[in-house]
Amino acid sequence: MTADDGGRLSSLAKYVPGFLTASDDRPRWLDDLRLILLATAVVYLTFILLGLIGGLSINGITRELQAVTLLSASIALVVLALNLHWGYTGLFNIGIAGFMAVGAYTTAMVTASPDARIPGLGLSLWIGIPAGMIAAALVGFIVALPALRLRADYFAIVTLAAAEVIRRLYNSSSLDQFELFGIALGTGSGRGIRDFPNIRNTVSRHILYADPGGPSDPYPWGQLLFTIGEEFDLIAFVIERIVYTLFIIVLVILVFVLLTRTANSPFGRILKAIREDELATKSLGKNTNRVKIKAFMLGCAIMGLAGIVWQGSRGNVTPDLFMPIITFYIFIALIIGGSGSNAGGVVGAVLFAGLLFDGPPMVERAVNNLVDLPRTNTMNDALIGLANLDPEVFFGYVMVQMSSLRFMLFGIVLILLMIYRPDGVLGHRNEPAAAIDLRKQQAPDHEETNEVDETDE
Amino acid sequence: MVRDGLNDITSRISVEAIRHQVEALRYRASRWSLGEWFGVALVLLVVILAIDLVRRLVVGDIGPSTVGTFLWRGSVDGLLIALAAVGLSMTYSILRFANFSQGDLVTTGAFTGWAAAYVVAGIGVADFGTRFFLNPDRGTSARELDMHIFGAPLAIFTGLIVAAVMTILVALAIDKLVYKRMRNAGGIPLLIASVGVALALRYIIVFFYGERTRGVTRSSPVIEHELLFWTDAVDAHQLVVVVIGVLMVFSLHIVLQYTKLGKAMRAMADNKDLALVTGIPTERVVLVTWVLGAGLTGMGGYLIVLEQETLNFNTGWFLLLLIFAAVILGGIGSIYGAIVGALIIGMAINISLVWIPSDLTEVAAFMLMILILIFRPSGIFGGVETA
Repeated sequence: MTADDGGRLSSLAKYVPGFLTASDDRPRWLDDLRLILLATAVVYLTFILLGLIGGLSINGITRELQAVTLLSASIALVVLALNLHWGYTGLFNIGIAGFMAVGAYTTAMVTASPDARIPGLGLSLWIGIPAGMIAAALVGFIVALPALRLRADYFAIVTLAAAEVIRRLYNSSSLDQFELFGIALGTGSGRGIRDFPNIRNTVSRHILYADPGGPSDPYPWGQLLFTIGEEFDLIAFVIERIVYTLFIIVLVILVFVLLTRTANSPFGRILKAIREDELATKSLGKNTNRVKIKAFMLGCAIMGLAGIVWQGSRGNVTPDLFMPIITFYIFIALIIGGSGSNAGGVVGAVLFAGLLFDGPPMVERAVNNLVDLPRTNTMNDALIGLANLDPEVFFGYVMVQMSSLRFMLFGIVLILLMIYRPDGVLGHRNEPAAAIDLRKQQAPDHEETNEVDETDE
Repeated sequence: MVRDGLNDITSRISVEAIRHQVEALRYRASRWSLGEWFGVALVLLVVILAIDLVRRLVVGDIGPSTVGTFLWRGSVDGLLIALAAVGLSMTYSILRFANFSQGDLVTTGAFTGWAAAYVVAGIGVADFGTRFFLNPDRGTSARELDMHIFGAPLAIFTGLIVAAVMTILVALAIDKLVYKRMRNAGGIPLLIASVGVALALRYIIVFFYGERTRGVTRSSPVIEHELLFWTDAVDAHQLVVVVIGVLMVFSLHIVLQYTKLGKAMRAMADNKDLALVTGIPTERVVLVTWVLGAGLTGMGGYLIVLEQETLNFNTGWFLLLLIFAAVILGGIGSIYGAIVGALIIGMAINISLVWIPSDLTEVAAFMLMILILIFRPSGIFGGVETA
């Protein structure tokens, strides 16, 4: 931003512990990794503490940690895709849930067995998952092709409406079962599709067991995991979930590397240039429309993948899994981390999933274990309690309402971020479009221009 | 070697140049006519559908009473959407952002208005808390309070006023807390902040009223009269919606055209900078924008519940895209356009039932909105700025 901001940032840097700030002698990715691990550590410690207060066993705490990690990784996957759209290219896509739905539904329709209530093609997941990603990319193409010329706010409305159109089409009873070129297919309307492989179990069992059909005969690494698990009294089910979580983390790493490399390629520089000034980029002879469409399709394919391995991984897909609110989860996560930075996005995903989404229920459990609050079910009773100088009744109501109160928290966090930290809690993380950081030369009068280093090493 | 290379380059350049020219030509041609082409196609589609409708009427596929019902329901829905769409259009043109919390202002109006209606209607029947929190223990039902327009007219009209006033107060509070701090932030940051406002507002309502859907009115009494030529009987509540809707739209017209502030609003919607240098007090215009917009929105939310009889924290959020569709159809920023757009959307989601199943009518409306945004972003009237 301006030189003034740079000065403020560097003066702020003095108060941040040394290992958190970037320095020239460390590669950027190491700093990013540090940030991600720090955020994870914060979330894990909070959860372990809350779990212990909440009276959970080791098994229980492990399951909570696994659940929050899985959610963080899944959200991180979509956040990375959104960052490609918005952070790098400046395409304000709020139809994420729709592209996820296309991915998950296509996979389900390709892999569902032909004799099921809602018939599918009965193909393997090896075909189903790529098919889902390709379908999401194609739908992205259809949406993006005409919409690219639009202003950012019109583009936003178009993508949101497209996502709702997609969800309502899957929800529609007229597409419950249909025939396409003589092949029976269906979307199952409101009830969704059930008879297709449960991706969560299939993936983890293929990794753990030689004979994934009946979970037995584990591979050596599977055996090792089970032996370690026995030490901590972990049941096989938890181990399977942990393995699936690791699988998603590997996916996140792959996508992260792919997108970071894309962003640093000549293609990525055009993307950032489009974000900064599309007209100037066009004037330099770049076909910005084609580049935007490619970037949009790539992002949509990743959103499709996320739809498959996150919302669609439990062996059933229904339209309710892809409500527009999912899109805003992703936006909050990206805005927390600061759009324009992949690492920031992952940090945002971890903080959102850990502190905002899964945190409040943990707090509720811990509080309920500590103090015996009455279960107050209506605000009326809560206020009557308050009037009778009995705050316990009121706090009981707050605890009962905790899971919906966190949505209020999402909104408040979003508002506060937009007012006070529009660049994300980590500060301005947009990677500059130029190969060298031009901002450094703009602030010669500050003796210390040690702001977050964004030059390519 | 070098010569070959040069030849190669020159030939490639000429091919490139030709291709660029062709592309440029094609681009210009498509740009020149796309909007108009789309307009023609849309008119053609409407004409074909109208002919088909007449054919079906003649053949006897559908009766005239069905079409009459569709038209009536269309105007009811259209007026309800219009009340909310006017507010959205105003904030879009004067504050320059797409307000995603508009739907939740609708919900705010619905809850505050009906709480007031219950407080008034239930005097002497139930204690204040039970009335204010809209029967949380399911003890005092709409039946008991005789909650319909003839049973409790005073309560229902009090509710309407309270819905408008409370929604205005909530909108002004939000403006002071959030939007005022970001006046110059640009459309997208404001849009994101409005999503935050939408979430916060919706779940504050949940915190007070819970997530369950409640029936708050009794089913509407029916009026039979010879003047109602298109149908045997009409729901009194729908008639109330139409009367109040038309009244509100008409008073808005008066305010916009014949008061100084209305003129200032239109000026600011047309050209903000020019309005500023002319000495128009922008903050006061913003205030009036919220007062008019939110007041109508709140009434809209209240009347929606009167018509559909049930109330839920998602009532307004689910309407948001239809409201957007109306605003976009009429041309973003045009208040009269929003009203006409809302009536068209209301008609469309009802009359389209002739051809498509009921769970796809809104899909059709959204598709129409997407197509208009893409091909005629200035709205179907082609950017007549009437504000």
